[in-house]
Amino acid sequence: MAVGQLSAELPVTRPAVSQHLKVLKHAGLVSDQADGTRRIYRINPDGVQAIHYYLDQMWSQALAGFEQAARQLAQTGGQRLRSQSQEET
Amino acid sequence: MSQATITPVRYSVTVPISSQRAFTLFTEGFNSWWIGHHIGKAELAEAVIEPRVDGRWYERGVDGTECDWGKVLVFDPPARLVLTWQLNCKFEYDPDLSHASEVQVLFTEEDGLTRVDLEHRYIERLGAGGEELATSVAGDGGWPGILELYAKAAAA
Repeated sequence: MAVGQLSAELPVTRPAVSQHLKVLKHAGLVSDQADGTRRIYRINPDGVQAIHYYLDQMWSQALAGFEQAARQLAQTGGQRLRSQSQEET
Repeated sequence: MSQATITPVRYSVTVPISSQRAFTLFTEGFNSWWIGHHIGKAELAEAVIEPRVDGRWYERGVDGTECDWGKVLVFDPPARLVLTWQLNCKFEYDPDLSHASEVQVLFTEEDGLTRVDLEHRYIERLGAGGEELATSVAGDGGWPGILELYAKAAAA
């Protein structure tokens, strides 16, 4: 949709709509494309999807680390955990 | 306002220790197994989950600066831990709890083994404000819904 179309349907000014769209674009939520003198905006679902992807990778690695630490703990009987968790001051 | 949900991130591992020890390792021993993620400019010196309800969940860089990730919502050893994860899409800490995602970790012991089920949910809340608006309407055709919400927000 173009800025003109959007502002026609909203109780705010056209510059205000442009300003909001800039914020949404910066956050990766909408993308825009030039069409002659107009800019056409569309919703971009990738912003939150990118966070999802990051967290998925993060937990996959983190839980692998947890599993490894737990296996070591099973072998050493707990001294390792104790010595490493006493660093808080 | 209805909010589109994003599929939670879910992982499970089974470890050869009791649920009590698994729970303690996960929380008090957090720094001994956490790898990778940190948001501060400095290298990660320590990652901490304070072992109590309302405790902080944070990192400390080698330069001494601390960056919060969230807080402890539920601390129920040896079965259940719930943390908030409050880093938004720019990896900045957002103290507003209505923008917080949650990490639930369940510890289930059976025959000396413990299954750890991790679920990171409400990820859509991390996109505060405009992002929330966009995702909430992306499912039903996009603009008509976003216009309605936007008009309501603008009129408020």
